[in-house]
Amino acid sequence: MLRFVALRVGRALLTIALVVTFAFVVLRLSGDPALMIMSPDAPPEALAAFRQAWGLDEPIWLQYLKYFTAILQGELGQSFRDGRPALELVAERIPATLQLTLPALALKVGLGVPAGIYAALHRNSAIDRAVMTFAVTGFTVPSFVLGLVLVLVFAVQLGWLPSGGQESWRSVILPVISMGLGGAGILARFTRSAMLEVLGQPYIRTASAKGVPWGQVVRGHALPNAAIPTVTIVGFMVGTLLAGAVVVESVFSWPGVGRLMVVAVSNRDLAVVQCILLLVSATMVTSNLIVDLLYGVLDPRLRGTAPAGGGH
Amino acid sequence: MADPLVSIRDLRVAFHGLPALRGIDLDVAPGEAVGLVGESGCGKSVTWLAALGLLPRTAAVSGSVRLEGQELLAAAPSVLDRVRGGRIAMIFQDPASALNPVKRVGVQVAEALRLHRGMEGATAEAEVLRLFDQVGIPDAKRRIHIYPHEMSGGQNQRVMIAMALAGQPELLVADEPTTALDATIQAQILDLLRRLQQETGMALVLISHDLGVVAEMCRRVCVMYAGRIVEEAPSGELFAHPRHPYTQGLLAALPDMVGPRRRLEAIPGGVPEPWNMPPGCAFAPRCGHATPACDAGMPGFVPVGPHHQAACVHVQPATVPA
Ligand SMILES: Nc1ncnc2c1ncn2[C@@H]1O[C@H](COP(=O)(O)OP(=O)(O)OP(=O)(O)O)[C@@H](O)[C@H]1O
Ligand code: SF4
Ligand SMILES: [Mg+2]
Repeated sequence: MLRFVALRVGRALLTIALVVTFAFVVLRLSGDPALMIMSPDAPPEALAAFRQAWGLDEPIWLQYLKYFTAILQGELGQSFRDGRPALELVAERIPATLQLTLPALALKVGLGVPAGIYAALHRNSAIDRAVMTFAVTGFTVPSFVLGLVLVLVFAVQLGWLPSGGQESWRSVILPVISMGLGGAGILARFTRSAMLEVLGQPYIRTASAKGVPWGQVVRGHALPNAAIPTVTIVGFMVGTLLAGAVVVESVFSWPGVGRLMVVAVSNRDLAVVQCILLLVSATMVTSNLIVDLLYGVLDPRLRGTAPAGGGH
Repeated sequence: MADPLVSIRDLRVAFHGLPALRGIDLDVAPGEAVGLVGESGCGKSVTWLAALGLLPRTAAVSGSVRLEGQELLAAAPSVLDRVRGGRIAMIFQDPASALNPVKRVGVQVAEALRLHRGMEGATAEAEVLRLFDQVGIPDAKRRIHIYPHEMSGGQNQRVMIAMALAGQPELLVADEPTTALDATIQAQILDLLRRLQQETGMALVLISHDLGVVAEMCRRVCVMYAGRIVEEAPSGELFAHPRHPYTQGLLAALPDMVGPRRRLEAIPGGVPEPWNMPPGCAFAPRCGHATPACDAGMPGFVPVGPHHQAACVHVQPATVPA
C-alpha cells in the first residue's frame, strides 16, 4: 500500500514537471515577450533593458534552470505587466472561477449520476431514451454554444437573467448551466453503462437469489460496484475545476482564472501563464491521485491482501 | 410420491420469441435429491431461474410453479423475496463471480441471516461462524472478514453453500456447483452437499452435465433435451434400462463408471437451434431410430416402468403400468 502511494505521488510530481517544462518551451518559442509587452516600435535600448530586467537575454537553458529552481522554491515569478507576483494575480481570480466550477460540478454529479442510475434501472424505457438523448446532446453541443443560446433566450429575449458580469447570484446561473449540462450528460452515460455492466454480473443474481429485495440489491450490491468506474470520471471533472471555465468565462465576461489566462497568453505574460499552468496541472494531477487512492478504498481487489480484522 | 414440495407444470420460457423451455413438468418431493442432466443450452438453469423469478424481463415465462401449492410465477416481489433463499436457495456454477467482490464474505452470509432469520450483530456473527464450520471453511474467525478474491474457488463455493444454508431452505438448487473447480475439489464439494442434505433433510436439485455425478448423488434423474424433459427414472433404473434414444446415447458415451468422467457432448450432431426446431421430436435429426412418425408431433411421456417414463414415440409402454 505504501509503495502504491509512493509510486503514484512520484508519477504525479513528474507529470507536473513535464507540464511546466512544456509550457516554458512553447511560450519561449512562440514569440518575444519584450516585443509583445513593449510594442514593436519601442527603441532598441528600451527592449534591451526590458530583456535584461527579466533575464530574457540569458541563454535559454539558463533561463529554464532558473525558472525551474525558482518553482521548486515556491517562487513563481512576476507579471511582466505590472510587476506583481504572478501567484497573487492568479490566486485572487480563483474564488471567482470556483464560484462557477463548483456549482457546475455539483450540477454534473447531482443530475448526471441519478439520471444514469435511473436510466440503467429502466433500460429501454421512454425515460432511458430521453436521458440518453439528453446525454448525447449534452456533450456534442459545446458549452459556449449552449452559453450563447442561453444568453439569447434568458437574457436578451426574456430578460430574466443577466447576460454577463458578476453582479449577483443570478449572474452565476447561466454560466453554471452552460458548463454543467454537458458534464451531466457525460456522467449520465458513464453511470448508466457502469450500472448496466454491474447489473448483468452473476453476483447481482446471487443477491436476488438469496432474497434481497430489489431496492437493497441496487443500493447494497450494484451501486458500490458501479461507483468504481464512475469515480474516474468525477475525478477527471474535479481536475478541471480551475481550468474548465476558460471558454465560458469569456462568453460571460467572468473575471476568473480562465479569462486571466486568455489575456496573459495574448500578452505573452510568461510568469502568469506558467503559474496558471502549474496550478491547473497540480489540480488535475492531485485529483487523479485522489481517484487512484479512492480505488483502493472502493475496490478491495486493488488493495492487495488486506490484513484480516475490522468488524463488519 | 408424497405431496410435492415444488411442482412445476408446463413451464415455458422464450427469449425474444425463441423458445428455451418448451413445457417442463417436474415435481420435487420434500427431502429428495433429483438430478437434472443434459447438454449445454438444454434449459437446465433456465428452468430454475424461471421458477424463482430470476430471469431478465426479456424472458417470457408461462406455466405454473407451485411451492406447497402456492403459485410462484405470478407472486408479488415481497413473496418471492421470502421464498428465495428462505425456502428455495440456489447456488451457481462459477463461485468466484457469484459473490460480490467488494463485500466481505461474512457480511454476504450475514445478509441472508438478517433477511430470513432476523439475526443481527453478534448473534449473526456467531451463526456465520457456525455455518462456515459446517461447510468446512477452516479458520472461520479470520475468513469471515476477507473478500472473495482472497479465497480459492472451492472456498468461495463453500461460502455460497453457507449462504444458501443460512436461510434454512427446504430445497437447494445446485446449478453445476463443481464445473468450475478442479477434480479433487469437485469431489469434496459433492461430498459436502450430500452430507448437508442428509444433516438438514432439505431437498436437493443437482444440475449437471455429468450423468455419473448425478447418479451418485441423486435417487432420481431427469434427462433434458432442447427445452423438455425426455426421460425420468430412478438413477439405477436409468442406468440399467435407458429407454429414450438420447439417454441411451448419453450412457453409451460414458466410458466406464469407474473411469474418468466425460462430458456429454459425445453424441454426433448438435442441439437444434431454437429458431429451427423440428416439428415433432427435437432429437429426430440425431436419432438412429427416427421414422416419419417422430415428426408428427411432440412425443408425450410413455410410462415404461415404475417411476420411469420416456418421451419417445417408439418406446413400448410397460405392460404393468407404474
Ligand atoms: N438471459 C438470456 N437471454 C437470452 N437467452 C438465454 C438467456 N438465458 C438463457 N438463454 C438461452 O436459453 C437456453 C437454455 O439456457 P440454459 O442456461 O438453461 O442452459 P443450460 O442447460 O443451463 O446449459 P449449461 O449447461 O451450458 O449451463 C440457451 O439456448 C440459452 O442461450
Ligand atoms: S421420438 Fe423418434 S426421433 Fe425422437 S427419440 Fe424417439 S425414436 Fe428418436
Ligand atoms: Mg446452466
